[in-house]
Amino acid sequence: MAKMIQFKVNGVAHSFDDDPDTPLLWYLRDTLGLTGTKFGCGVGLCGACTIHKNGDAIRACITPMSSLGGAEIRTIEDIGANGLHPVQKMWMQFNVPQCGYCQSGQIMQAIALLKSKPKPTDQDIDDGMAANICRCGTYQRIRAAIKAAAKELA
Amino acid sequence: MSAIENVSRRWFLKGMASAGALVLGAYCAPEMLWGHEFGDLRTDDGRTDADKATLHPNVFVGVETDGTVWIVAHRSEMGTVIRTSLPMVLADELDADWKRVKIDQAIGDPRYGDQNTDGSHSIRSFFDVVRLSGATARLMLIQAAAQQWGVPVSECQTDLHVVVHSSSGRRLGYGELATAASKLPVPKKDEVQLKPKSAWRYIGKGMTSYDLTDLVTGKAVYGMDVHLEGMLYASIEHPPVLGGKIKTVDNAEALKVAGVSQTVVIDPFKPPPAFQPLGGVAVLADSTWAVFQGRKKLKIDWDSGPNETYDSDLYKKELQQGARTPAKVIRSQGDVDKAFASTAQTFEADYYVPLLAHAPMEPMVALAEFKDGKVHAWVPTQNPQAVQAIVSSELGIRKEDVICHVTLLGGGFGRKSKPDYVAEAAVLSHKVGRPVKVVWTREDDIQFDYYNAVAAMYMKAALDSKGKPVAWLQRSVFPPITSIFDVNAVYGDPPHLAQGWTDMPYDIPNLRIENGPAKAHVRIGWLRSVANIYHGFAIQTFSDELAHRAKRDPADYLLDLIGHPRTLNFNGVDYPNYGAAYDTYPWETGRLRRVTEMVVEKSGWGKRKLGKGAGLGIAAHRSFLTYVATVVEVEVNDDGDIRIPRVDTVVDAGLVVNPEVTIAQFEGAAVFGTSVARSGEITAKNGVIEQSNFDSYPVARIDEAPFQTNVYLIESDAPPAGVGEPGVPPFIPALCNAIYVATGKRVRELPLARTNFGKQS
Repeated sequence: MAKMIQFKVNGVAHSFDDDPDTPLLWYLRDTLGLTGTKFGCGVGLCGACTIHKNGDAIRACITPMSSLGGAEIRTIEDIGANGLHPVQKMWMQFNVPQCGYCQSGQIMQAIALLKSKPKPTDQDIDDGMAANICRCGTYQRIRAAIKAAAKELA
Repeated sequence: MSAIENVSRRWFLKGMASAGALVLGAYCAPEMLWGHEFGDLRTDDGRTDADKATLHPNVFVGVETDGTVWIVAHRSEMGTVIRTSLPMVLADELDADWKRVKIDQAIGDPRYGDQNTDGSHSIRSFFDVVRLSGATARLMLIQAAAQQWGVPVSECQTDLHVVVHSSSGRRLGYGELATAASKLPVPKKDEVQLKPKSAWRYIGKGMTSYDLTDLVTGKAVYGMDVHLEGMLYASIEHPPVLGGKIKTVDNAEALKVAGVSQTVVIDPFKPPPAFQPLGGVAVLADSTWAVFQGRKKLKIDWDSGPNETYDSDLYKKELQQGARTPAKVIRSQGDVDKAFASTAQTFEADYYVPLLAHAPMEPMVALAEFKDGKVHAWVPTQNPQAVQAIVSSELGIRKEDVICHVTLLGGGFGRKSKPDYVAEAAVLSHKVGRPVKVVWTREDDIQFDYYNAVAAMYMKAALDSKGKPVAWLQRSVFPPITSIFDVNAVYGDPPHLAQGWTDMPYDIPNLRIENGPAKAHVRIGWLRSVANIYHGFAIQTFSDELAHRAKRDPADYLLDLIGHPRTLNFNGVDYPNYGAAYDTYPWETGRLRRVTEMVVEKSGWGKRKLGKGAGLGIAAHRSFLTYVATVVEVEVNDDGDIRIPRVDTVVDAGLVVNPEVTIAQFEGAAVFGTSVARSGEITAKNGVIEQSNFDSYPVARIDEAPFQTNVYLIESDAPPAGVGEPGVPPFIPALCNAIYVATGKRVRELPLARTNFGKQS
């Protein structure tokens, strides 16, 4: 029996004692049913599975359960659970999503970016968001929405 | 849909309708998946809880006694917002309050007519149908009110969900009228009056996505997100080479992986592949992670078959040689050979575009349950009726016994109109007796795609003393899409040749258009813009080359080539025109001229000061009945890195029902085109695809995509045309033409990653 790992997901305590190599992504999706976090590439190249671990944006698909001891995990389901986050509001105002599949990850990444860069320049947005692919090509609206959300949060 | 009939009573007799509901349209019960929380989607009769609620909106429109209006979306939502736009058109004709409209996603059923959401034709094919559906319901509500008030119908009108008797000021809400209206006969088509354009509330103004809140909160349900109690996950090791078969398989190690319950061999397809499963070995387990792990432990010895010799480098040479060899004549006028022989100045060039993968963000995924002789499938598909067809033929059951529930699609771009992955899930569920969810990895997605064809084009022109072409020869060679349905198909079929090739619009006295044969060794399929990608690239790059040779301004030269406004005459030529009636959607060069002239103006062409290493390029192209001209600004630094600061695109798509989302489609097309141009290339070695994930098949990221794309829609009363695809074809040559201005290097082969634009080269 593997060692018991204790952590929180969206404020709720959980424990895990299965294969410690299991990526957090599949625990969230298959075990907890938190399907807002998406599977896109499985190797940390596309950002569709971006979630927050202790406030930092990370890729759930390459985060093994063994690394979660004591961690606070936050997923898209918890963002705006008590009213939409300004980033989500701006995502709606600028009609960002097309298919929407990558947008949970984009939003999680944008929230983390705005925490470290409250007034992001275009270069900051390029640097902060380049790991998140949108195949529909909504980048221009993502950029506009991030800038608007920065103002909202200021 | 040819006829609209009132099915309320029929359904009541069958004991299936909710009493008092007015239901119009085709007969069939759409299943409702939207907004469903994680959990058990299966119910005893195959329908969901939401579907069992107040009303069964089994048709295009239904009105509930509480005033709720149900509108059925029978097309698939992959980001074009079609699930909103068509219902919005219906709601407009119904004069319904959008806030009281609920959208219900249709299952696959031929009674809706065509459901294959590709070819950029949802609006144009169904605009009239859904308008009529809405207007018919509106008339019946008016008739019910008139009857109740004892006044002539002509004295009544509607005002946003209410019928009004103007002279007396009496008003009755749609909900109050639904029961009475449901008892009336459905008016004939010629009794129904459509709203005049001046009365449109929503059409032309637009509406944001019905799913917008769900899309930003993680609640939207894609195929990847559906779940049934008791289901098994499956991941399939496909033959690495198309048509390969298993020699031996050793599953012992795979079965040792915790959670893995079994492996199942899936038979190879019988050629042609069409939408059959590729074959291989499936690993089944109780979680996605377990099936991925188990699959890695399979030991399979393959007999790869004849496609094992497929090598992209060699194939490229064959195609290029083919493009230099006289071939089948598609269209001809004047005498090209004579003109070439008698003209002093000729110019020729070869162009090449490789195989391209779709790579939608959501890999292929399908959940299917075979039970009691029927299959329920929950899938992100562009084509639910094709799902019914392939599952029916794989399992030997009736099409009607395949119930295809359509989820949201995490991107499609044409890949998800080919339901091989759904067939796999159905076959597996049939074999193991449990619901099975097949999950493709990104590597599966990129290595087992239906690729956009690799193509070689040869162009030759004879030029007069001013550099204007007097003769023009163009020849393309590419493995055709029809090869997936016919093992002997090697020539381009008319619908795909018509995509920017047969319809080369320039007014040149001597013209010959040819197409040569090419055998496919991978599955070829539709990808956003399809053959227009390589055809548009060749013609619009060649045009730009001629302009520079003539020392002319490329925009002026392009306008000269397009010539005076006229309707192209395709008499004697097989020109399918995207399946549209030519009288309704003629090829009008004046419209291509207009978008070109306007993009010159809007982009500040010839007026903008650009820095060193920067350039503007232009291209114009008609596809999917829409006319588009694009100017791209590019910057190339000393290392050869490319930035795209600005794109201007002018679009004449006829009547545009939802402008904001249309603009977004053209912004996205510029990004999609950037991916194709920068890095889009699939290659094979020994029949095996060499790319596998976003590292080896990169797509444009935010810092690589155009920084600002300005989209201008021409206001038009022409019938609506396509908007999802037409933005891609002109973007790519416009970018490459800009690169020529910026660097002096001509791009004749894609992707750009194959060319070094840096100083060293």
